[in-house]
Parts: sequence; C-alpha cells; structure tokens
Amino acid sequence: MLEKHTEVLESVAIRFAGDSGDGMQLTGTQFTETTALAGNDLATFPDYPAEIRAPAGTLGGVSGFQLNLSSRDVFTPGDEPDVLVAMNPAALKVNLPDLKPGGILILNTEQFNDKNLERAGYKSNPVEDGSLAAYRVYPVDITGLTLKSIADVGLNQRAAVRCKNFFALGLAYWMFNRTLDHTIAWIEQTMAKKDALAAQANMKALKAGHAFGETAEIFTHSYVIPEANIAPGKYKNITGNEATAMGLLAAMQLSGLEMFLGTYPITPATDILHHLSKYKHLGVKTFQAEDEIAGICSAIGASYAGGLAVTTTSGPGLALKSEAMNLALMIETPLVIVNVQRGGPSTGLPTKTEQSDLLQALFGRNGESPIPVIAAKSPGDCFDCAIEAARIAITSMTPVLLLTDGYLANGSEPWRIPQLTDLPRIPVHFHTEPNGFQPYSRDERGARPWAIPGTPGLEHRVGGLEKANLTGNVAYDGGNHELMCRLRADKIRRIADDLPATEVHGNLDGDVLVVGWGGTYGAIRAGVDKVLRDGHRVAHVHLRNLNPLPNDLGAILHRFKRVLVPEINLGQLSRILRERYLIDAVGYNRLQGKPFKESEIARAVLAELERV
Amino acid sequence: MTASVYPHVQPTDPALLTKKDFQTDQDPRWCPGCGDYSILAQVQRILPELGIPKEQIVFISGIGCSSRFPYYMNTFGMHSIHGRAPAIASGVKTLRPGLSVWVVTGDGDALAIGGNHFIHALRRNMDLKILMFNNRIYGLTKGQYSPTSEQGKKTKSSPAGAPDYPFNPISVALSAEATFVARAADIDAKGLPAVLERAAKHKGSAFIEIYQNCPIFNDGAHDYLTDRKTKADHELRLEHGKPLRFGPKLEKGVALDARMQPVVVDVAEYGEDRLLVHDEQNDSLAYFLSRLVHPAFPTPVGVFRCVERPSYDQLVEEQIDTARGRKVQSVQQALEAGETWTIT
Ligand SMILES: Cc1ncc(C[n+]2csc(CCOP(=O)(O)OP(=O)(O)O)c2C)c(N)n1
Ligand code: SF4
Ligand SMILES: [Mg+2]
Repeated sequence: MLEKHTEVLESVAIRFAGDSGDGMQLTGTQFTETTALAGNDLATFPDYPAEIRAPAGTLGGVSGFQLNLSSRDVFTPGDEPDVLVAMNPAALKVNLPDLKPGGILILNTEQFNDKNLERAGYKSNPVEDGSLAAYRVYPVDITGLTLKSIADVGLNQRAAVRCKNFFALGLAYWMFNRTLDHTIAWIEQTMAKKDALAAQANMKALKAGHAFGETAEIFTHSYVIPEANIAPGKYKNITGNEATAMGLLAAMQLSGLEMFLGTYPITPATDILHHLSKYKHLGVKTFQAEDEIAGICSAIGASYAGGLAVTTTSGPGLALKSEAMNLALMIETPLVIVNVQRGGPSTGLPTKTEQSDLLQALFGRNGESPIPVIAAKSPGDCFDCAIEAARIAITSMTPVLLLTDGYLANGSEPWRIPQLTDLPRIPVHFHTEPNGFQPYSRDERGARPWAIPGTPGLEHRVGGLEKANLTGNVAYDGGNHELMCRLRADKIRRIADDLPATEVHGNLDGDVLVVGWGGTYGAIRAGVDKVLRDGHRVAHVHLRNLNPLPNDLGAILHRFKRVLVPEINLGQLSRILRERYLIDAVGYNRLQGKPFKESEIARAVLAELERV
Repeated sequence: MTASVYPHVQPTDPALLTKKDFQTDQDPRWCPGCGDYSILAQVQRILPELGIPKEQIVFISGIGCSSRFPYYMNTFGMHSIHGRAPAIASGVKTLRPGLSVWVVTGDGDALAIGGNHFIHALRRNMDLKILMFNNRIYGLTKGQYSPTSEQGKKTKSSPAGAPDYPFNPISVALSAEATFVARAADIDAKGLPAVLERAAKHKGSAFIEIYQNCPIFNDGAHDYLTDRKTKADHELRLEHGKPLRFGPKLEKGVALDARMQPVVVDVAEYGEDRLLVHDEQNDSLAYFLSRLVHPAFPTPVGVFRCVERPSYDQLVEEQIDTARGRKVQSVQQALEAGETWTIT
C-alpha cells in the first residue's frame, strides 16, 4: 500500500473549470454543500459564459466555479485559487493566469487533443511541453477512467462522458478529506428521480474518482481544513438572489401584507423571480410583465392597492423604469426596486459584476427626485437589506432602490437562518377614517397616509401632476411646487435619523479610512485587515445607506488624513463624498467584470499610506 | 400570514348610489364642446346601476386630454404616466381581484406609447374595462397626428400629410385576444351606455373604442356617424343573432360575395336570409366586421366580440389554490427549505 500524507491547511481556494456543458456549476455546488456540512466557513463565486451555447471547447464557453473554504472567517471566494481543476485546454487557458504559483493543477488529459488545443489557441500541448513547470501538475485521464468505471451501467457514449464531472468531484473529495455522504444522498434523492440510470452511473463515477485518489501513485498528499469557529444555529448556503427573495418574503410576513412582484427577466436578476414564483400560496403574486416598464408599473398598481410591491431588474432595465419610479415618488407609494448591477453601459457585460449604477440610482430621473438607496454587502446581507428596503418604503411611503450586483447575486455563503419571530415587525397603517381625510397630510416621518381602494369615504385621486399640499389636488402654483419638492426631499433626509451609528472597523481615527459600499465588502475587509495586522492606522467603513447617507459619516471622514474609496466603477461614491463633505476622497477603481482581490485592496491601502 | 393589517370595512350599499355620487368638486378642464364631457356623463350615469360599492371602483388613466378623466370621477383614481395605465391597472387587479378596475386612455396613449401594454393586457384577459377615447389626434399636445389619424392627415407635425398607415383599433384589440370588443360614439346616448354596461358585466378584458370629437384639433372626424342627418346611412348597429341591416329604413344589408368579400346590398332585392347574421362569439366574423371601414362601408357600432374564458386573476387564484398542498407552508419553512446544517 502506497503511503499517503495528510497536511493541515488553514484555508484553501479551489476552482473547477470546464466547458459549459461539463457540469462545473453542479460540481462546485456539491463541493460547497459538503464543505459547509463539514463545518468550514466558505464563500463561492460561479463564473458563467455570457452565451448559453458557446461552441464546445472554445474560450468563450468556459464555465468556472470557485470556492474558498477555511477554518477562519471567510470574506471572499479567494484571490487566487490554490487548486485548479481544468477539464479541457480552454479551461486551462482561461484560468491558469489566476492560479497561485506552485498551485495544484488537475488536468483531464483526454481533452488535450489536437482539436481542442487548437480551439483554445495552444501551439503545443502544455501537459507535455514543460510550460506548466511552475505548478504541481496532476494529469489524469478523467474521461477514460470515468468510462471504464461505468462501463457496465449501459449508458450511451454521450451520456457516459457526461459523468466525468462526478469522477472529478470524487477525486477532489479525496484530496480534501471530505466524505461522499452528502453527494451520495443527493444522487439518490434528487437525481435518481429524474434519471435512474444516469444516477447509478454518476454514483459509480464519484466513487471511482475517490478511489483513484486513494490508490493512484501520483497523489501523495491529501489535505484537511479544520472546522471554523462558527456561531451556533441552523445554516444553509445561500446566494444573494435567493437571499433577496427570502428577505422580501420575510418582509411580507413582518408587515402582514400580501406581496406583488412585477418584473421582466434579465440577467443576473431573474433568479429572484424564479425563487418567488414558487411561493404563490404564501401570499406572493408574481407577474412576468411584457417589459421592465410594465414590471414596475404593475408593481405601482399593486402598491396603490395595498401590497408590498416589488420590481426586480438589472441596469438596462433600471433605465427603462426611471419614469415610473418618479410616478411612485410623486404619488408617494411604497415600492421596492431591486437592481442587480452588471457590467454596463448598454447591454455591456451581462454576466459580469460591476458597481456602476450608483449615480443612475441616485440621480437617474427627471426633476428633483430623491429616492432612498441601500446596497447589500454580501450574499447573506441581501436578506437583511431586502427587509430594510421594505421597511423604509412602507414607513416613509416612498420607492426605495436596493442595489446588489452580479457577484453577490450568484455568489454564495453559509447563512444562519433567522427566526422570523425574532425580527422586528414592519408597522403598517392603512388609513380608514374619512373625517378630515387629507391624502397629502403627513405623519412625523413626513409620510402621507396609505388610503387604499375599498375603504369607504376615502375615494380620492392621485397622479404624476404636482400635488397641492395636504389636499393632493392638481396644483400648478410655483410656491406650492417648491414646497412639495422640499417636503419630498425632507422626508427622504429624515430617514437618516433612524439609522444606527456607523460602524468603523479598525482605528477610530488615523491615517487612511477606506470607504466602500456594496459587494466589495469582503475584499475590502480582508484587505484592510491585512494592513491592520501590520500595525498601520487604518479603518474600514462600509456604507449600506447611500441615500440618505448616515448623519455621523461626515465626522468620521474628517477624523482621517486620507479617504480611499475602492469601487468597481470609474469613481461614483468618491464623487458623492467629495461633493457632499468637501474632502479629497480618492478612488481605487477597476472594472474588469471581476470582484476585487484582497491583495490588491491591501496594496492600494499601503500606497495611500505612503501619501499621508 | 396575518391579513389583519388590512382595513376591516363594511362595503357601502350600492343601491343608494346616484349619478351625483360620482361627480367631484374639480371643474373639468376640457375645451367647450369636447366629446369627453358626454362620455363622462354616460359613465357617471351607468355606474350607479352596476351594483358595485363606490369605494371598490378604480379608474386608472395615462396622459392626454382623455386621461384627465379620473379627476372628475368620485372613485379611487390614478392619473398615471403616458401609455402605462393598462400595466398599472393589471397590478391593481391582480393583487385585488375584488375591485372593479377601469382604464381610460386615448388613441395616442393606448396605441402609440402604450401599445405594448395595451395588447398584453388584452391577451392576458386581464379583467379591465378599457375605454379608449379615439379623437384620431393628439389633443393634449395640441394637434399632432396619431396612430389612428387617416393617412395623409395634415397636422402641425405633418404639413405635407402623414405618411403613416393608421391602426384599426378594433382589429388590433381582436388580434390581441380581447374577450370583449365594442365601439360606440361619444354622443350616442343609447349605444354608449349599453356597451358600457355590457363591458362592466363582462369578466375579462373589455375594450371599447369610443369615437370622440375634438372640436379644437380634429373637429367633425366622426360627424358622418354622429350627425342626425347622415347617421342612419352609416351606422350599422350590431345585434347578436340579427342580420346586418342599416339605412334609414334598414333597407340595406351586408353580405359576402362569391370572393368572400363584403358587399352592401339592397335587402329587398337580395333577400334578408342571405345577409350575414351577427354572432358575438364568432372570431372570424368579428374581425371581418372590424374591416368594414367608412366610406366604402357602414361603420359597425355595438359589440363585435364577447366570449367567455377564465380571466387572469381567476387563473392566478386557481394556481394559488393548487399550490396550497405544497410542502413549504410558511415563510419560516421557506427560509429553512433546501440543504441545511446545524452548528451547536
Ligand atoms: C413620456 C411622455 N411622452 C410624451 C408626453 C406628451 N404627451 C402627452 S399626451 C400626448 C398624446 C396624447 O394623445 P391621446 O392619447 O390621443 O390623448 P388625447 O389628448 O387626444 O385625449 C403626448 C404625446 C408625455 N406626457 N409623456
Ligand atoms: S383639445 Fe380636443 S380632446 Fe383635448 S380637451 Fe380640447 S377638445 Fe377635448
Ligand atoms: Mg387622441
């Protein structure tokens, strides 16, 4: 028996990459769930090709799934993978530049034939020409071994070849000392129902992959990542889109309202619709409209009728919704607008992440039209932010924009499932008293009464024309118009009075304050922590509320010599901070469709420290 | 789910309603002589007769002279944005199927900027009553040609005549699968209330094209049909099960010739039993009738099509009922669905 060594690692990042038909997303998801069950903290990032059916074997068709698992807190899917499983030459070509020097490379040699090498643009075979010498390369005939292991199942050749991702998964399980239990159960419970034969074959391939690791001479080491110190509770792995959907469901429950989602499919927001459309019987009505405008307009109708109204979209769709957002603002009706940002402008990079819709969210409407804007910082945080968006919308009678992004939407992390009974209710008050009813009177927050159809004596008209203060009748008079613009602005400004104190992570004053928002949270936090560990006087503030900004932000900014604002855009929040607080905030800006790396944030902070 | 946040109210008694209850204190801002006044009066006249509590009626409009309508109706109402009323109304109706939801729109509002929402609301059999005031012009923006203006129409935006071919709104509505399609003229004190009532009682998407006079920018566009002197020669009143006859003494009729083309015939000569007989449930006939266009043919008024099929809100409620047996029975269970693990 061959001697095998086990090494303990604090954390490891693994990337599975292959053709979009190779089942890499499924492989990644299975590995993630097994890892979570083993008690590691983790974060994942799937990377799909933009085209659904890019030609097989081409660079454009490569699909990847990265996960970072650790015995410590995990903030991101990891900068550079330690392990890359490449199922074909194209996957190697696309992903090799990210692999850590000395990293582990598992290659499916069967796919490294002349045709595929040429498709991927290789002049010679990298498995043989020595160009991979800087890595620990494990060439394995994954396809051949898979076919051999399932020969007796009797699948046709095409279906049989498709089982190779389970062989790779089994091998990865061996390498990281994971049990096969979870995946075996999944095959038995889920896959077997759809296709018993395929389930049987995949089960064999999985076990063969695992056995191969155990017996093959090339594998001398396996690795153990000890359990992380994780707060007690019930967990599940959740993507940002699912968390947004769950947060909206929770808001429905916490408010006691029925929910209406009016939306039009668009990447990467569509999954929110997919999730919510499953829960009609819990009080959610989902409406797949004819376009984004009808999506938001139907939601406005539902809000007017007394529902928790939601519309979901991504950048180009948000542009279409601008006019209707202002109708909601003008008739002062609650509405949650979720914008899952993607690369822009125009159709841009539909499957890639970006943070470039902040200015559109803040200002992309005609007239004086302030709308509260909040942004989620992690997949799980989408849940809390969706509730927060609904709370602000309902208590201040206003449309609210919730910004997430493609990275959060598709990325996942373990999420502690809350008990709804522990969460504060969202107070809803429908007006019913006809005596003295004034449609545009205001409460202490500046919110007008929600007076819904069906309530006797409250018949009244609303609309997009300027409203007379209190009565809500159409009014063209200039003085009233200015008053109403100021009242609407003031209502939004007052939301800041309810916000908790801003959390400053690191030093409370000092040299460099890093201010971020949205999905860059993990990379910024990890990057700043690195610099903090080196003893520098830096801190990190991550903004959830982008309009109104927290009342205490100005004072915090002024306590630091330099303010650095990393964003996946060309400088949007930095522009707002400069204008609002008259400080010399500088941006660190990249927009290449990818999330920040922890290391590049750390380098940017160090560079900023030099300028102090 | 806790439905308790919704107001617990007793519906008012619709039997006590009169036309006056539907009037507001806002003075209409339409030009003197505008056809919109007579439409408003007819709607206010029929609403008390429908047996619907006033607070359960909602009027949603877009933008245009016609879309000012909700301000003058003492019901719940929204004067929304240009072209979007059918989408907004769809949200109201889907969330609250119990409400009676009406859309008021213009030929520009419904067929130009709002064309998409218009056809999709109809195709879904959304239970909306859509009243389209067709003055064949953009009134509010002071007289540009609209999607229903005749080709060659000279306006401020088409001094050489509009090159566009117009829409035939009834054909559009039929092709868009509306389950109730009708036409009436603004000052037709018999025909208009009749189709309004039929539309109100129809469960599903109801579309009424109302020929409306704009004395300022397109005066007399429908005179041939509304003027007492010429009306009888041009008006073909559709009655279910009755032969298609018109004329001052109903001496003329509509039939199909050997090439399946419509022809106007002399009833006495041709024989009444050879005329086409109206059937509101016949799709092809409805479309055929929509193609009878002035001046070559009489203009049909009344109900072109009225068929029954489940409305959108009914189908949604059915799906909700079917889903009740699902495994996940509460939001908490939804949160906990899927693969979970417990850390102790
Ligand atoms: C987004 C938008 N575009 C353009 C306008 C200008 N506009 C207002 S009403 C109208 C046309 C209305 O025509 P129609 O629907 O026929 O109504 P009518 O005034 O004739 O009753 C236009 C172009 C607007 N209000 N909003
Ligand atoms: S412009 Fe024409 S449609 Fe508009 S109110 Fe005047 S008459 Fe009526
Ligand atoms: Mg018009």
